Amino acid sequence: MRAQFVLSEIGVGLRRNLTMTFAVIVSVALSLGLFGASLLMRDQVNTMKGYWYDKVNVSIFFCNKNDAETAANCAKGAATEQQKNDILAELHRLPLVQNVEHETSDQAYKHYKEQFGDTPVAGLVTPDQLPESFRVKLKDPTKFDVIKSAFSERPGVEQVQDQRDTVEPLFRLLDGMRYAALGVMGLMLVVALMLIVNTVRVSAFSRRRETGIMRLVGASSFYIQLPFIMEAAIAGLIGAVFACVLLVGGKYFMINQWLAKQIQVVNFIGWDAVLAVLPLVLLIGLLMPALAAFFALRKYLKV
Amino acid sequence: MIRFDNVSKTYPKQNRPALRDVSLEIERGEFVFLVGSSGSGKSTFLRLLLREERASHGAVHVLGKDLAKLSNWKVPQMRRQVGTVFQDFRLLPNKTVGQNVAFALEVIGRPRGQIRKTVPEVLELVGLGGKEDRMPGELSGGEQQRVAIARAFVNRPLLLIADEPTGNLDPQTSVGIMKLLDRINRTGTTVVMATHDQQIVDQMRKRVMELEKGRLVRDQSRGVYGYQH
Repeated sequence: MRAQFVLSEIGVGLRRNLTMTFAVIVSVALSLGLFGASLLMRDQVNTMKGYWYDKVNVSIFFCNKNDAETAANCAKGAATEQQKNDILAELHRLPLVQNVEHETSDQAYKHYKEQFGDTPVAGLVTPDQLPESFRVKLKDPTKFDVIKSAFSERPGVEQVQDQRDTVEPLFRLLDGMRYAALGVMGLMLVVALMLIVNTVRVSAFSRRRETGIMRLVGASSFYIQLPFIMEAAIAGLIGAVFACVLLVGGKYFMINQWLAKQIQVVNFIGWDAVLAVLPLVLLIGLLMPALAAFFALRKYLKV
Repeated sequence: MIRFDNVSKTYPKQNRPALRDVSLEIERGEFVFLVGSSGSGKSTFLRLLLREERASHGAVHVLGKDLAKLSNWKVPQMRRQVGTVFQDFRLLPNKTVGQNVAFALEVIGRPRGQIRKTVPEVLELVGLGGKEDRMPGELSGGEQQRVAIARAFVNRPLLLIADEPTGNLDPQTSVGIMKLLDRINRTGTTVVMATHDQQIVDQMRKRVMELEKGRLVRDQSRGVYGYQH
């Protein structure tokens, strides 16, 4: 194998189809950038889920003596000590439950004051208006339904609330964005593949004289195809490098410089997650165009 | 060297076969003219030899190998032992004479030292000594065909296939080309040449095979062109 010969053939081919090569690079960069972004968005959602599911729990609110008129479950008045103790004992028996914290009305009032501070609304609330509750932490936060079905109909229980409900919409939004990114990526990928196939076709046509002679003098099909495949792979790799630049730039400017300063309660993905995605992007950027070129050659280059 | 056993070739979507039940044998070192009017099957015959096409029926043996049983990846190896020359020369216009010949060796991965040594030798042999650095466009038709022959012969093939090599040349230049092919034949290379050139065939007095509508209608040693067209 004469490396120098193959390299010069590749150089000639890339220059000859400069505009097509450029189009391939741009479309590969965009599609792989979106691909990497969607992978990172999944990481982000998982990070946030891990972070918040650790902190959220299921709350079992008990009836207050004031709730008799407002809540249907509490028609019989405030929950008795007996009812609370029964539920507590039962919770401890469930293997699903990690621990239970008891929040009294006074504690709830304190948390409420912390949250709303000295706003006018806070002044109207008194401790006895806030319900007493058990804060149940589950080993598997997704098993909320077990707790809900077991306790929501119990006498003395006002309602069972899953705090995940408050963060789920955000996750659904992020997931939706991820699927949108994947969809756009799919389209860009199709465009990129079609461009590669077309580039190979033009390239094979403009070099049919050379390839015809190569075939006649007995060059192996691998040797004839290699410059075309390498051309596509190199263009793809350049595109993939641009995609990596986009991802690193996105992480630095979007997350580190902007979002992290705006939103403190969210912990964002770190550089390790970004670095883990880059090799995959590069590998796909190299292999996918090479494969596309290989199959295009079977059609457009007689060997 | 070459053996056809009841070979027929029908192209897809065509009723009439291009070759019909052709059987023949060509020995090592022979010089064979293939004659016949256009559409008689000469090109198909040559394409079968190069395994650009496969026979529909019958067996084609070239260089001791049954081409039907030759796997695709071994075809290039077979073609390295077969040189080819065409009416339209098929040179690369952007490469010099020397580079054109060297190209044939480069693409089969020959070492550079060997290429540097063989190319001038073979150019000398075809009578183009010292014209290595000229471009094909600067040469006459006859000289261009000599470059093509040099390229076909640089690998010392056992078989040389020529498809109307004098078709684009004037009679006098054609004689020069025929002398060259004759000399190559004398080195032991089998030559199969398709031609329409009556004068050449009559002069050379070699074996003549005539195809007509896909059939082998004549096979004559020391033959003549034999028909008017």
